[in-house]
Amino acid sequence: MPDKRYTRREFLRNASLTALGGLAIPLFSSCTKEEAEDFLQKHFREMTPEEKRQVIAKLEERYAQRYGRKFQISTQEAVPDTLWAYGLELSRCVGCRRCVYACVKENNHSRHDPQLQWIRVLRLKRGNLINLEDSEHYYNPDLVPEKGFIYLPVQCQQCQDPPCVKVCPVHATWQEPDGIVVVDYNWCIGCRYCIAACPYKGRVFNWAEPNIPREEINPSVHYLGNRPRMKCAVEKCTFCVQRVRQGRYPACVEACPTGTRKFGNLLDPNSEMRYIIDRKRVFRLKEDLGTEPKFYYFFEA
Amino acid sequence: MKKAVKTIVFGMLFSGVCFASFANGAGEEFPVAPPPMTEGLFPCSNCHATMEVNRTKRVLKEEHTDIKLHHAETMRWCLDCHDAKNRDKLRLYNGDLINFTESYRLCGECHGPQYNDWKAGIHGKRTGYFMGPGKRTYHLCAHCHDPHQPKFKPIKPEPPPTKPKDS
Repeated sequence: MPDKRYTRREFLRNASLTALGGLAIPLFSSCTKEEAEDFLQKHFREMTPEEKRQVIAKLEERYAQRYGRKFQISTQEAVPDTLWAYGLELSRCVGCRRCVYACVKENNHSRHDPQLQWIRVLRLKRGNLINLEDSEHYYNPDLVPEKGFIYLPVQCQQCQDPPCVKVCPVHATWQEPDGIVVVDYNWCIGCRYCIAACPYKGRVFNWAEPNIPREEINPSVHYLGNRPRMKCAVEKCTFCVQRVRQGRYPACVEACPTGTRKFGNLLDPNSEMRYIIDRKRVFRLKEDLGTEPKFYYFFEA
Repeated sequence: MKKAVKTIVFGMLFSGVCFASFANGAGEEFPVAPPPMTEGLFPCSNCHATMEVNRTKRVLKEEHTDIKLHHAETMRWCLDCHDAKNRDKLRLYNGDLINFTESYRLCGECHGPQYNDWKAGIHGKRTGYFMGPGKRTYHLCAHCHDPHQPKFKPIKPEPPPTKPKDS
């Protein structure tokens, strides 16, 4: 009578197969194939060019279905010898919020429930610039500028030593070679540590699926920038990465009616930013924290 | 042989183009957006060519009644900037006539620091491409400041963000 007992080797093999199957069942039974694919998608920086192409194709199809438009999703890398910086002249800002809504439109923000905006315009009493805790960003007068107030628009300051990147437990956010801090929305787990770490309130969270009207969608997007996000992803200003890597000014710069907003390459001695830093009185927000922002506020001097 | 001739001709043409554009850029030239004119008024000579020049400072009652001069008005009158003989041109202090597309030169005669900043793209606004082959557009002083009353007027702000709901 042959021995029916398992050998040690057979037992181990069957046990490990069962375990693998057990792990796979929840993944493939509780979600669709598409969701499973998303779950298994690699980190953006670890993808090969071929894998990037596949992901882009998948996204393009999905966006076309959802928004009824053909999307161009770019994965353009940083331009060599660039380090982007931003300038904002406080003596000119009138607090009209044109930049906020230009940004919303360009970067495909959720319009309501949740309403997400990357720029907040703070209103401060004149002569009280240092006390940010006394600022107000729900101000709503008939006309701006108001007497006795100044306006301080704040968005991601693109720190050179960004605290938000340090705290991310899964490396879903990082600094690109051109200085822009970006998020891989698919890799983000939604823990919001980065939101807590940012001293500028530069990041916002998708508490629900974003609401973007079909007719207002901007189909020209960057994978790490303004492509439509999903629930549970953190997002932030990217200096309009989709525009600046092609040499175009960010949307907020073009929208400003008073020419308050400036943009340029810190490594180019002829850039607007170098002109400002050389000739104007500049300061950076919360400089003492050592985050080295690349966002320079300046005055007429 | 034919190819060589072609290359030479092409080369000459190309260098010609280069020189031409170089000569253009030799001064200070800025690609500007079309100047903000009231529709239907330009060219001014349509009316002014047949009119007599009246240099007295006065309140305009028939035409241009919408213009309220509030720009050092005690010292200034239309013909300080608009040329009396050729109304389609502006007039610099030294008598040179310039087009409306170059009006920044006229503004820069008094507002030097702003003019310098504007040339560097700091005062005012540039749109389009800041690098690469794409087009960059400068906004003229007059796009933001009405030359006749240059002070900025207050504007209506866009709506504030919604407050988080209390729950």
